[in-house]
Amino acid sequence: MKVNIKYFGMIAETAGKTEEILDLESGVSVKNLKDRQIQKYKIADPESVQIAVNKNLNSNSELKEGDEVAFLPPFAGG
Amino acid sequence: MRYDRQINLDGVGVSGQEKLRNASVLIIGVGGLGCPAAQYLVGAGIGKIGLMDHDKVSISNLHRQILYTENDIGRSKALVAQEKLQQLNSELEIVAIEEALNTENAKKLFSQYDFILDGTDNFETKYLINDACILADKPWIYASIYKNEGQLAVFNYQNGPSYRCLFPKTTQQNVSCETTGVLGVVPGIFGMLQAMEILKIVLGIGNVLSGKLKISNLLTGSEQILKLQRREEEIENIRKNGIIPMILECKIKDDSKLYLDIREIFEQPKITSEKVIPIPMSDLDERLWEIPKEEEVFVFCQSGKRSKKIVDLLKAEYGFDNLKNVEGGIETIIDG
Repeated sequence: MKVNIKYFGMIAETAGKTEEILDLESGVSVKNLKDRQIQKYKIADPESVQIAVNKNLNSNSELKEGDEVAFLPPFAGG
Repeated sequence: MRYDRQINLDGVGVSGQEKLRNASVLIIGVGGLGCPAAQYLVGAGIGKIGLMDHDKVSISNLHRQILYTENDIGRSKALVAQEKLQQLNSELEIVAIEEALNTENAKKLFSQYDFILDGTDNFETKYLINDACILADKPWIYASIYKNEGQLAVFNYQNGPSYRCLFPKTTQQNVSCETTGVLGVVPGIFGMLQAMEILKIVLGIGNVLSGKLKISNLLTGSEQILKLQRREEEIENIRKNGIIPMILECKIKDDSKLYLDIREIFEQPKITSEKVIPIPMSDLDERLWEIPKEEEVFVFCQSGKRSKKIVDLLKAEYGFDNLKNVEGGIETIIDG
């Protein structure tokens, strides 16, 4: 199944891209995908990274074809 | 008349103007976000505005904090902003508060205003604002900038989520606009968006950005609004335990070396590593025996000044010739 990933803030810099389409096996959970990408791109401070699925934060279900998953870091500049 | 152009607008009118007149906003941090927010809120006629900042105007502020001018360099931001904004609108009560926000003054100040506007540039103060707003039952308008990207939300509004519902905790280091660089327009726009949220709430018009997080990248033009749930346990935790100070943690870049951390226990960020021996300067006398004499030990404090004194002292008086000072302090040896 194809899933559309978006990266924000410093995560986009670490990943070297703001979005990508991943072809995943079915049954992959949000947490599972998060762990994979964090490892793949060596994303800093994984605990504070928040994930939104189809524009919903705090969602932790199984992913399905066509889902949009956003990786969101906290930042504090002003 | 002063407010004609907005009174004419649907949803404002004379009664709306009266609502603005009766509203009050405390702006914490009168910098890249706080300045434009303050200017527009004063323009719009918000009755009482508190301007809180302990910092002074510096020349590197001027590219984005365009309320200030070259003549203001070295002067208190809160005072300069108060003077200028009072000239913009003499009918309003504008208060300068030349203090840094802490647990104590937060309690006292937050009760005196309807809204808190976050113009800060660090996680510690954002969590402090959040917790104090939960305790005082006040909504706050959050914004944060990273380079060309910004986040915006209204927290703690009508039983909506709080900042801790979005980011329960973070160990991220503060990355300020001073270090990453930013085009002045970016905080400018987000400060104005914060002001807009306040106007919407006070006037009771439009959709308030509560339970939502707006993320915009002003370079690419991409924009998202994400839905955010309230996490009851986060709110209850603050109600029960009060303000929870944020503890910053970080890692050593090169852990093949051995370090001595002479900072006091309250100093941040914290480093927990078996390669770091923490002995606060105030305890050094009694704990000298804990410092190895055989291998090279790098001594650090916040800036490198105190540690230099300690290295010299331990060498001269106790014969430690294996100690090296970390010039430039903790910043130079940690990640991020």
